Amino acid sequence: MIKVQGLTKRYARTVAVDNISFEVEKGQIVGFLGPNGAGKTTTMRVLTCFLPPTTGTATVAGFDVLENPHEVKKHIGYLPETPPLYPEMEVTEYLTFVGKLKGISSADINRRVDEVTERCAVGDVRTKLIGKLSKGYRQRVGLAQAIIHNPDVLVLDEPTAGLDPKQIIETRELIKHLAGDHTIILSTHILPEVEHSCQRVVIINQGKLVATDSVENLTNRLRGAESVALEVASSNGPLDPAAVQQRLEQVSGVSRVLPREVRDGRLAFEVESLQGRHIRADLARAVVNAGWNLNELRAVGLSLEEIFLQLTGGEKKDAPAPVQEPATK
Amino acid sequence: MRNIWIICRKEMKSYFASPIAYLLMAFFALIFGFGFFTATRDFVRFGFMAEMQGRNMPMNVNEQVIRPLLGFASTVALFLVPMITMRLFAEEKKTGTIELLLTSPVYDWEIILGKWLGALLLYLCVLAMSGINIALLFAFGRPDWKPILVGYLGLILQGGTLLAIGAFISTLTKNQIIAGGVTFFVCLLLWLLSWFTAFDSTGYGQVVNYLSIVTHFEGFAKGVLDSKDVVFYISMIFFGLFITSRSMESLRWRA
Repeated sequence: MIKVQGLTKRYARTVAVDNISFEVEKGQIVGFLGPNGAGKTTTMRVLTCFLPPTTGTATVAGFDVLENPHEVKKHIGYLPETPPLYPEMEVTEYLTFVGKLKGISSADINRRVDEVTERCAVGDVRTKLIGKLSKGYRQRVGLAQAIIHNPDVLVLDEPTAGLDPKQIIETRELIKHLAGDHTIILSTHILPEVEHSCQRVVIINQGKLVATDSVENLTNRLRGAESVALEVASSNGPLDPAAVQQRLEQVSGVSRVLPREVRDGRLAFEVESLQGRHIRADLARAVVNAGWNLNELRAVGLSLEEIFLQLTGGEKKDAPAPVQEPATK
Repeated sequence: MRNIWIICRKEMKSYFASPIAYLLMAFFALIFGFGFFTATRDFVRFGFMAEMQGRNMPMNVNEQVIRPLLGFASTVALFLVPMITMRLFAEEKKTGTIELLLTSPVYDWEIILGKWLGALLLYLCVLAMSGINIALLFAFGRPDWKPILVGYLGLILQGGTLLAIGAFISTLTKNQIIAGGVTFFVCLLLWLLSWFTAFDSTGYGQVVNYLSIVTHFEGFAKGVLDSKDVVFYISMIFFGLFITSRSMESLRWRA
């Protein structure tokens, strides 16, 4: 549905996007992930024909963004970072305007406006001025605007930015519901969002493509091993952290033990297993057999957040090095 | 065509949703009314004087009231145009709605033409305010309507030219104040060109004089429809809209 090849966008002094290639299948939701200023918005603007690429090609629904922008625009719905709203218009009036602009015939326009107002849950503010709406409603009107002409491809630039938690969940649900009929690209720097709603991730950093894969593959590939958070306390007298650590390291399947914190006699560790080993039961037994109290034992999956930081060379220095053991296939 | 109309209607709505349209109309009605009052008062006074002195002076409403009034209106238009055009593109660039327009399946020229027509329609609404005064002339006198029509055509053409230039300037910035200020300055310059070169008979002087917006309006004010002037205005409108479209295009590359 979307094919990007060797896309580069250079501004006067900076390279915003540097030789990016990826593909998106029909009906997929793709998360476009990267820190602020990574080039997400620029890539989206190229896809929506707002900016021409410096080099490289991008095709949407089979049409090239440079050669046939008019057709691309017909097949794309775009919600920019700040929803493009006219504050002096009423919601229905605005949606009618956008719908007509997108080429919906006068006969269908009212039906489409009704449909999208219902779908995006903005029915109760339809006669209000957009300038008087709250941020959440504006975002939803923006979304309604993007889907009004029932486009094949939806490009959403940070659709949940600045919303409250309830609205974020609602927006995510809405996006999930849209997935069946539309191919969706959404950009974000909030990771759970990708985990929640996307099937594929495209990670970019400083204009360069870092990784592109399905969410599960990416997590599996980088997780490699299980990671367990453990808290041990003593029933009588203080504990020697070194001794506890040594004992834990002896448990079979443990690759390394990282002391986390010491708090009034309780010791917290993070224990990592070897590839494909389940160590929680053995750990618990080891602690209890040694006569200590096991306060907490919980699996910490390597979150997308950590993967992201690893891939983008983020600030977490003591994070486990990526994939030491060869990944099992 | 449909897209032009959609955008034009949106522009009109925006103008009339804010006080700007009403302000301009009121402002123009007031100023024009004042000019009308002065012109007719002088006309009547002059007529009385001529009568008292027993001289049979030829009196002509078209020549003595309408012509100076039209000239006056064309000057006032220089002040109105920047206020109409300053928001055309600058506002959309500021609020980001330009992204909506440029990613919709419409061509640049449709956007530009739509916006320009919207601005022109507002300008017509403002000009229509002077109709009240002209109607009074028809109620109490017998002015010739044809020169008036030509005069108004001139005002529309001149307005269209300035609006096209204003639209261009509005694409250059995000700041409405700057767009308005620069447009006003350019309008003023185009107006003053004829002052600077009125007594200059060199080749350069003639060229500069020709470029003055006002020189071309004088014929219309007299009620003379000269193809030279019509061509000047229409080509200026085309030129203005053309550089607007160039500027829109470069907007994509610069962005």
